[in-house]
Amino acid sequence: MPKQSPEERRSNFREVALGVDPELAVREAKRCIQCKTKPCTKGCPVEVEIPEFIALMAQGKFREADAKIKEKNSLPAICGRVCPQESQCESLCTLGKKFKPVAVGSLERFAADWTRENSPESGCEKTNTDGPALSLCTAADGIERPSARIAVIGSGPAGLTCAAELALMGYGVDIFESLHDTGGVLRYGIPEFRLPKAIVNQEVDYVRSLGVRIFTNVLVGTTLDLNEMLAKGEYQAAFIGTGAGLPYFLEIPGENLNGVYSANEFLTRVNLMKAYRFPEYDTPVKIGKRVAVVGAGNVAMDAARTSLRLGADDVKIVYRRSRTEMPARLEEIENAEEEGVQMFLLTNPVRIVSDGKGGVGAMECIKMELGEPDASGRRRPVPVPGSEFTMDVDTVIVAVGQGPNPLLARATQGLALNRKGNIEVRDEYGATSIPGVWAGGDIVTGAATVISAMGAGKRAARGIDIWLRSQS
Amino acid sequence: MFRIMEKRLLAPAVHQLVVEAPLVARRARPGNFVIVRTDETGERIPLTIADYDPEKGSVMLVVQEVGKSTMDIGLMEEGDSFTDVAGPLGQATPIKKVGTIVGVAGGIGVAPLLPQIKLHKEIGNHVITIVGARTRDLLILKDETEQASHEVIFATDDGSSGYHGFVTGALEELIKQGRQIDEVTAIGPVRMMQATCNLTRKYNIPTLVSLNAVMVDGTGMCGCCRVTVGGETKFSCVDGPDFDGHKVDFDELASRQAFFRDEENLARELAEQKRGGCRCHEK
Repeated sequence: MPKQSPEERRSNFREVALGVDPELAVREAKRCIQCKTKPCTKGCPVEVEIPEFIALMAQGKFREADAKIKEKNSLPAICGRVCPQESQCESLCTLGKKFKPVAVGSLERFAADWTRENSPESGCEKTNTDGPALSLCTAADGIERPSARIAVIGSGPAGLTCAAELALMGYGVDIFESLHDTGGVLRYGIPEFRLPKAIVNQEVDYVRSLGVRIFTNVLVGTTLDLNEMLAKGEYQAAFIGTGAGLPYFLEIPGENLNGVYSANEFLTRVNLMKAYRFPEYDTPVKIGKRVAVVGAGNVAMDAARTSLRLGADDVKIVYRRSRTEMPARLEEIENAEEEGVQMFLLTNPVRIVSDGKGGVGAMECIKMELGEPDASGRRRPVPVPGSEFTMDVDTVIVAVGQGPNPLLARATQGLALNRKGNIEVRDEYGATSIPGVWAGGDIVTGAATVISAMGAGKRAARGIDIWLRSQS
Repeated sequence: MFRIMEKRLLAPAVHQLVVEAPLVARRARPGNFVIVRTDETGERIPLTIADYDPEKGSVMLVVQEVGKSTMDIGLMEEGDSFTDVAGPLGQATPIKKVGTIVGVAGGIGVAPLLPQIKLHKEIGNHVITIVGARTRDLLILKDETEQASHEVIFATDDGSSGYHGFVTGALEELIKQGRQIDEVTAIGPVRMMQATCNLTRKYNIPTLVSLNAVMVDGTGMCGCCRVTVGGETKFSCVDGPDFDGHKVDFDELASRQAFFRDEENLARELAEQKRGGCRCHEK
């Protein structure tokens, strides 16, 4: 897929991957050999019928292809951009055994983008009203269902997917979002240059067009009480998709100095609050000249690439394991390196040193080497004695993962959690310890991918449907 | 939603706002705060709830104009609406029957102190409140404070009203008089809370402070508001905002509050230019 050149893109926030043209899309779709076994489909957490939509693409039927995807996936323009296709559908492609696999992600993105750009409206023509949202849409599958309203907590990928699925079944759905805007991590976490917010808006609008109501500024657990909502009969069931919203820190000296951000704070300032447009937008962000980003997942790559775009001269990824263990998508690592991000691998920070004025003056690190495999199966990094060195930095961004946000769980009686504070689920649908309440996405699994959260939202919708029908 | 039902000027550039927020009002407790945004380009501003009325469906906020965002709030009129009000956030203040409590407020810190001392009085504690300000005109909510307390001491730095000196001086006098004080709650500027804690530490009086760290989301998501309490990192928004004042690293808090000072100054100057000068001496 064509991209903005590294020199150009490292100083703007526009989307890096430019998308393909119709001709290229058809040509790529025609590469699919429509094999009988359809291994690609098994790699998709939301079960998109990949060969079927690609067959439509090959005939130039882009709108039909988009509709085919939407039968299983409500957010194709997002998935086409941020799904790790290389470890899912594309990794299983029969063609891929000998040649390059079919570019499923690019095709999905194209179908969604083309349809959006070439139609005045999509989805069913139900508007979002203040009245009850009961049975606004007819069930897409023709099954008669009880009249019920479901509360979905969190408007990230899990919540949006669960809500869309339930709305398509004909249920009334209300989403409650704690922030002032929708999308969860799609909005606050993933930068504009990887997932334009206009795309997020349009995908959220599609979910609204299915009759789903979205209430922002509502924190279930504090603004409303989940058990009370269910007990009063306002809602017959609920889905919790509150995500991984509590940043981990390194727990090393100097971490509270000015100029040390969690990746969550840094990205939230830039993405949700649009600090890259300060002072037009009121929220500031401060970036130094020499930035160290600690961690090597997608969030770390996003933070590093955002730092460059904000004007940092020198951006380093600092990671305690080796390249093989880096959790980020290969594509994102390549993008970052093309833009000039340097990799300091097998390196672990031990202390952040003050500049004497409350800010960051430097970061002390130690070299690591890989020892025996640990519990995660990856070789455990161990410090190399005497290899300490000082890295000259003025900004440190900590991107070493997030834990579950405690607000909802703390306030919701009877909701069972595991040792890490994630919600405990009892079956493949995500049923929790509270009858009528399901959960899915990062709040259950810990930080993972957009698509796995969507898969969980979809399974929960199925579980909720089965349960509601058994109750009536 | 989030309409300003009443607005009143309490002191130069200090505003009292009663804001329609029924869901927040229903579940608010002393110590809770809200996050507000004035408009689509606005910051998320944390403000401690100064009073709440579940029946009217409103919360009371007191805002002092210090930067661009609070100046924007100052410009809002009755009938205008905030784009967003989210809450109630933070842990409610732990309020128990202890005997005698002294509430110490600096500047507009008296506003968030009010719901706490009200509850203290309600559950049977003897409430002494010390309110300090630079000068007489900046002493706000005097009637409300008197109603919520058994005894009130006003203090001004310039001696224009009440005790001449800082709140810590007034508090130390009380202690030296031999008054039994079981707990102190201090709310106000960082240095004022720090000074209060230094004093009460000497006399071994448990002291609670309400921290006003810089926040973005206010829900535990970003970690911007982290503070060191007893050597451990805590998030003011979800672990606080109230902490044991004897354990708080106030110097770190003050330093972190100043991190964005250049940007705050720039935003304020641009706003002042646009409006033709600051408004702090109006009215």
